Amino acid sequence: MEERYIRNLGALTEKECALLRTKTVFVAGCGGLGGYLIEMLLRLGVGTIRAADGDSFEASNLNRQLLSSPSALGQPKAEAAAARAALVNPDVRFVSVPEFVTEENAAELIRGCDAVLDALDNIGARRILARACASENIPLIHGAICGWSAQAAVILPGDDLIDRIYPDGSRLSSKTSLSFTPPFCAALQTALCTRLLAGRPLESGRLYMADLLDMEMETIF
Amino acid sequence: MIEVRFFATLREGRGKITQVPAEEASTAGDLLRRFNIPADEVAILLINGFHSKPADSVKDGDIISLFPPVGGG
Repeated sequence: MEERYIRNLGALTEKECALLRTKTVFVAGCGGLGGYLIEMLLRLGVGTIRAADGDSFEASNLNRQLLSSPSALGQPKAEAAAARAALVNPDVRFVSVPEFVTEENAAELIRGCDAVLDALDNIGARRILARACASENIPLIHGAICGWSAQAAVILPGDDLIDRIYPDGSRLSSKTSLSFTPPFCAALQTALCTRLLAGRPLESGRLYMADLLDMEMETIF
Repeated sequence: MIEVRFFATLREGRGKITQVPAEEASTAGDLLRRFNIPADEVAILLINGFHSKPADSVKDGDIISLFPPVGGG
């Protein structure tokens, strides 16, 4: 085993580590959640990361987005993600796509992946991604944040969890987010993704919600 | 009494949990109005753990859980 992954051992078996190196994951979004997801997946040691975001950095991203910095303002987020990947773990194959997830490209973006990670920031794109995951038969690891709160879930093909989390007519009333909420949520998602990719048992359709203000974590359903 | 549990941003100004006399609410929507929560700011409404709608009736002993849409990324 390569020395850079030696501290994975114990928490993961050598066989599981080797299995992770064969896996391809798609990260939808390279902003608050996406930046931390990419960082954690790079260091964990998956085989290939494909990441898409059509946005560029602006000053309001600086309070929480790992890939942002004053010198990166105006830079495409997908480009910053690729640079970070080359710096942190060049052994991981990294494919960056400077596009938003849309009805037109979603299926093609995720095709062939072993898992898809939701790092999007709006309900419409999440519905598109969930439909694409169902049609391509790929597990979706949902994550979302608001203020002090984070939620995460594994959604296996055929599960309607996204429609239950975001029923018709629901709208996002707040864009508030703190520096520590995205990495916390990304950690929940990456832990779920690791269990999935390593073939460990997990339950689909469970929504986990954490409130960092009240130091609570609950399984909502 | 009906127990109402608030989550995430819905806790702001309302606390985490409160009790409402059963005779003061006949539907979940009555509880939303009582706490000044617009229906479209509730993404998940559970009555005793089951997905429900504002028009659904509530009764003594019920536990109502209210979640806003958490959707940032």
